[in-house]
Amino acid sequence: MTQAARAYSYFPGCTLATTAVDYDLSGRAVAAALGLELNEVPDWNCCGATFPLSAENVMSFIAPARVLIAAERSGHDLATLCAVCFHVLKRSDAYLRAHSEAAERLNAFVTEGDYTGQTRVRHLLGVVRDDVGWEAVKQRVAAPLTGLAAAPYYGCLLLRPQEEMEFDQAERPRVLQDLLRVLGATPVEFPRQAECCGSTLVVSAPDANRRLSTAVVDSARRAGAAMIVTACPLCKYNLDQAQAGRPSPEQLPVAYFTQVMAAAFGMLQVAGPAFAVEAAT
Amino acid sequence: MSAAGSTTALVVGAGIGGITAALDIANSGFPVVLVEREPSIGGHMAQLSETFPTLDCSQCIMTPRTVEVGHHDLVRLHTYSEIESVRRSDSGGFVVGIRRRAAYVDGDKCTGCGVCQEKCPFKVESAFERGIGPRKVIYTLSPQAVPNKPVLDAEHCRYLQSKWDMQAGRSPSVDKNGQPVSPKCGACAKFCPTGALNWDQQDTLVEEEVGAVILATGYDLLPASRLPEYGGGELKDVVDGLAFERLLAASGPTAGKVLRPSDGAVPKHVVFVQCSGSRDPERGVPYCSKICCLYVAKQAMLYKHRVPDGEASVFYIDVRAGGKGYEEFVTRAQEEHHVRYLRGKVSRIYAEDGRLIVKGVDTLSHRAVEVQADLVVLATAIVPRVSTPGVAGLFGVAADENSFLVSGDEEMAPVESGAEGVFLAGAALGPKDIPETVAQASGAAAKVLSLFLRRRMAETTAPAGEGMRAA
Repeated sequence: MTQAARAYSYFPGCTLATTAVDYDLSGRAVAAALGLELNEVPDWNCCGATFPLSAENVMSFIAPARVLIAAERSGHDLATLCAVCFHVLKRSDAYLRAHSEAAERLNAFVTEGDYTGQTRVRHLLGVVRDDVGWEAVKQRVAAPLTGLAAAPYYGCLLLRPQEEMEFDQAERPRVLQDLLRVLGATPVEFPRQAECCGSTLVVSAPDANRRLSTAVVDSARRAGAAMIVTACPLCKYNLDQAQAGRPSPEQLPVAYFTQVMAAAFGMLQVAGPAFAVEAAT
Repeated sequence: MSAAGSTTALVVGAGIGGITAALDIANSGFPVVLVEREPSIGGHMAQLSETFPTLDCSQCIMTPRTVEVGHHDLVRLHTYSEIESVRRSDSGGFVVGIRRRAAYVDGDKCTGCGVCQEKCPFKVESAFERGIGPRKVIYTLSPQAVPNKPVLDAEHCRYLQSKWDMQAGRSPSVDKNGQPVSPKCGACAKFCPTGALNWDQQDTLVEEEVGAVILATGYDLLPASRLPEYGGGELKDVVDGLAFERLLAASGPTAGKVLRPSDGAVPKHVVFVQCSGSRDPERGVPYCSKICCLYVAKQAMLYKHRVPDGEASVFYIDVRAGGKGYEEFVTRAQEEHHVRYLRGKVSRIYAEDGRLIVKGVDTLSHRAVEVQADLVVLATAIVPRVSTPGVAGLFGVAADENSFLVSGDEEMAPVESGAEGVFLAGAALGPKDIPETVAQASGAAAKVLSLFLRRRMAETTAPAGEGMRAA
């Protein structure tokens, strides 16, 4: 870790500030351990939570654009951990880049500054892969997770649409597998690794949501996983909920990739309950 | 060569199209140079088990033609060869540089007895068998290969590699007693009754002057790696249409038994996925591959012949059976052979608990379906050979956005190219079945013959010193 710290504008988003604080804490901790400087976007607001599909309505781009503008003024790439925020910000950025007239109209509404398309939206997992590199991550591993059969779970928003997200292959993603291998764990391939957990159907159609989440968990278990690793707070919420009624030996712990990294880095205070159990046994 | 120009034709590609064109021209009395990249001729048709809609044995109906072209006095065959350079000759023809790749076998001494292939101790994956069967390092594509002379794959040859290692100083060339070490293996050479192995053979460059050219470079299948949602080529029991042909073919690695690649078991449920990459502008190719509806019906039928208690299901978008007897053929598969047709796209194929799961939609019952399969056959999109645009470019022929060759006029001059004296035939122009390819090849040959006949007439009728008259 001799090189100068790389700096990023960091957008936690509402979920990481409330129900997924553990993701935020572990994310900040492993970023610091890897020499990444995360500067929280000042006075940030919700990203909008869904990518506006009615593109005609420029108003719906104001929320993400405000975040993009703030990051732009910092002069650094905008990094986030929440897969939903990443999805909304990345696609909004792509849309505004491609539609200068929409950006122009939008700039008339926002008082803090103008959107000019100077920021790159990144997921912290992509930052770790592309800017830090697996070799540097490996050097930081203090307690390799040897023998841990972990199923990488991507969900959908992190990957799709592949051309806009520019993150990984949507149908055969590799980044979590590569990370787990570097941390000493054994990635478990399972067929539903890039299928939807049900997402916000948890509000509108809880039964359908449960069916989808249960299928993901069961598929990972059948493939031999002892843990599911995700990069999305909504996925974790849904997978946890789907198992809520089960006796604890039948539950598969769901951990954020940042918690798994923290565990491998020996930072157990932010590694979360899945690794606390592991440490106790 | 006379001022009127050469009356020798060059045919590039010796699949059924190139063979047909070469025979039509040669049997009219004009010489033909036939160039083929593979060690033997026949193209994809040599890989097929049976043809639609007649269920003729593919080898049986093609062999008379491969043998005829292989022995024709007026056909000079360059197999294991590629076009390297082209320039226009003074008489308006072409001087073509052909690279004959080193086969390490002296073609004049080799009798084609096959002992070398028998004795070679090393097997590698065979491209001809589409990854489901091996070949030896010294090999012919099939027992009916024309020419029936093997080529040696230097990259995998123990003898050549150890010899080259010693020459380059990567391994010692003398033992601890100072005695020279001989390269390892060499079994083929030891057993060859005529001493035909030639370890020092090099690529040779041949120049041919020709007066007209037919490009018939054929097709390939979209690689499964382009379809990650269908396993990306990593699921052993998900094969493509040509691989399934090899499983059905009596000359194939399973001698015509349908056995799945992973464990050699007889699959009891085979699922066929039409339009795998075709009609999919976002992920695959935008066009219809045209032959899949028919060959899938054929393969499903042949599977039912081989495994009468097996079940065959076909996912399709719609069945495009335009052609004489084609609709009836598909109906036969459905009604007489009880092949189950499911109208809908497949979204994913994956392995779970040791079985393949095919997830798709049945748009007739409006339901998402999950089908368990023992073997999946992807009717992957027809694409041009990777090398096609490059070869065509040497002759001044353009390729389209999908890399298929472009006719001078798609409607009125389908076998003519934009370049004078260059004609086109077969699947290099776009997906095509056998009858259509053969018809087009004969059409291209007729164009060449009419050009040659005009030249011959000009030669015999034009008095010396007088210019040619317009025909």
